[in-house]
Amino acid sequence: MDKISVSKPKKFKRNLIILTVLFLIVASAWFAGFNVIEVMINLNKGSRLLGRMFFPPDLSYLPNIVDPMVETVRMAIVGTFIGATLALPVAVLAANNFIKSKFLHGPLRIILNIFRTIPALVLASLFVAVFGTGPFSGVVALSIFTFGLVSKLTYETIEAIDYGQVEALMSLGANKMNILRYAIMPQILPQYMSYTLYGFEVNIRAAAVLGYVGAGGIGQTFEFNLAWRNFDRVGTIIIFSFFIVLIIDLISSSIRKRLV
Amino acid sequence: MIEFKNVSKTYDNGVKALENINLTINEGEFVAIIGLSGAGKSTLLRLINKLIESTGGEVFFDGISVTKATGRDLISIRRQIGMIFQGFNIVKRMSVLSNVLSGRVAYNPTWKTILGLFPEEDKQIAYRALKRVDILEKVHNRASDLSGGQQQRVAIARALAQEPKIMLADEPVASLDPITTVQVMDYLKKINVEDGITTVSNLHHVDLALKYATRVVGIKEGKVVYDVQMVDIKKEKFYEDLEIVYGRPVHHDEVLGDK
Ligand SMILES: Nc1ncnc2c1ncn2[C@@H]1O[C@H](COP(=O)(O)OP(=O)(O)OP(=O)(O)O)[C@@H](O)[C@H]1O
Ligand SMILES: [Mg+2]
Repeated sequence: MDKISVSKPKKFKRNLIILTVLFLIVASAWFAGFNVIEVMINLNKGSRLLGRMFFPPDLSYLPNIVDPMVETVRMAIVGTFIGATLALPVAVLAANNFIKSKFLHGPLRIILNIFRTIPALVLASLFVAVFGTGPFSGVVALSIFTFGLVSKLTYETIEAIDYGQVEALMSLGANKMNILRYAIMPQILPQYMSYTLYGFEVNIRAAAVLGYVGAGGIGQTFEFNLAWRNFDRVGTIIIFSFFIVLIIDLISSSIRKRLV
Repeated sequence: MIEFKNVSKTYDNGVKALENINLTINEGEFVAIIGLSGAGKSTLLRLINKLIESTGGEVFFDGISVTKATGRDLISIRRQIGMIFQGFNIVKRMSVLSNVLSGRVAYNPTWKTILGLFPEEDKQIAYRALKRVDILEKVHNRASDLSGGQQQRVAIARALAQEPKIMLADEPVASLDPITTVQVMDYLKKINVEDGITTVSNLHHVDLALKYATRVVGIKEGKVVYDVQMVDIKKEKFYEDLEIVYGRPVHHDEVLGDK
């Protein structure tokens, strides 16, 4: 039988990409003053600190951090709820297949992108400056962050729906509100709820550190104990936060899996 | 009942889909629109309920200009025109009942339909429509759980719930198997004959046109090139004439085949 010869796949492009990436890593490490010896010394310092935090942690402190933890979770829930609720109508307006007006979508999207790009921590320090310290500033920050995140994901989902169902509703005389109710909502609702839960997972983490800038929750307790060098209490806070975040993540993502 | 007067449609990208169409469809007719892919069949159908806007001429429904209608006037025209699609286009994540009830939205105040509140008469209309296409037992199922043929029957029921004067069908059976095809076409025919609902259907298979239509309109490159009442024509002559629509002779073995 004749031997079939096929030309070799061209690997040049792939190799070039690998080389470029390697070069970038090495160059940026050098540029950032990354030094192996320094890392070893710091590792040593770090392990001593870890020892004081976790071997052993001060578990008797646990009752004192339940309240701030509850406050943290509450901040995340309220912030997620407000942000996601506002996000839904705005996402509908931002989607280019529901209302067809470039003058509306362009500016709206720029605003949404700005909201989404500012980290919650930056927002929080801004609101602490405006409203003072406490969970209220944290909730406002989380609401805005969630709003940006959920509205963007949702309007992209609306733009990807099966437009045939919209046309069918149009053909039978449905107005805009009915099209929204009967053709768009059923298609996006599971995703929207999933994005909201995802926002909640992100917010729990964010809420845990927001206290660092004075915006309430467990972060404030953390900051306080760190300042007083109560490292064994800091250890307790870290372990406790870790478990709470883990549990909430597990529950939330299992619900999300069932949604979509 | 439906009248096209010098209607043209050029899409934004410059494609001339229809040119100078003059066509009158009378009450009670079952019209099959045939033609090659891209001939302009869907465009023609969608102009009747203004899913797309014409770029010239005017379409009339019962003497009212569809072309000029907007807002409430357009809605009151559209609710009298049922439409079914190749892809069924029912709302998969809703129950069969909600889908059929959505055919009643244009007859009810928006605040009620948003809350899903429909009067008992409307529910009766929905049940009757489902019974008409023999699928009442699926009334509480999720639409996505149904087979293709069943979904198309739900789509027909939704259109029937509108209590329409006209039924438009854009390739209603193109994604169904031959047996289901006959079922769905039989329902359309029954509704046409028993309820006197004027039916206009795009069809890929000429033998379906031959079997169900009372009139066949052929479209070629955006123009009406063929228009015949089926009572006036012999089967052999009809097959011969297909050359006018498709640009080449169509052989018997090329059609779906009904012996
Ligand atoms: N939204 C659109 N924008 C631009 N061109 C379009 C659009 N819809 C259809 N066309 C073009 O208009 C012409 C007629 O299309 P139409 O869909 O009416 O054909 P058809 O006869 O229904 O074809 P098929 O049998 O494939 O469904 C085609 O050339 C098509 O590419
Ligand atoms: Mg078509």
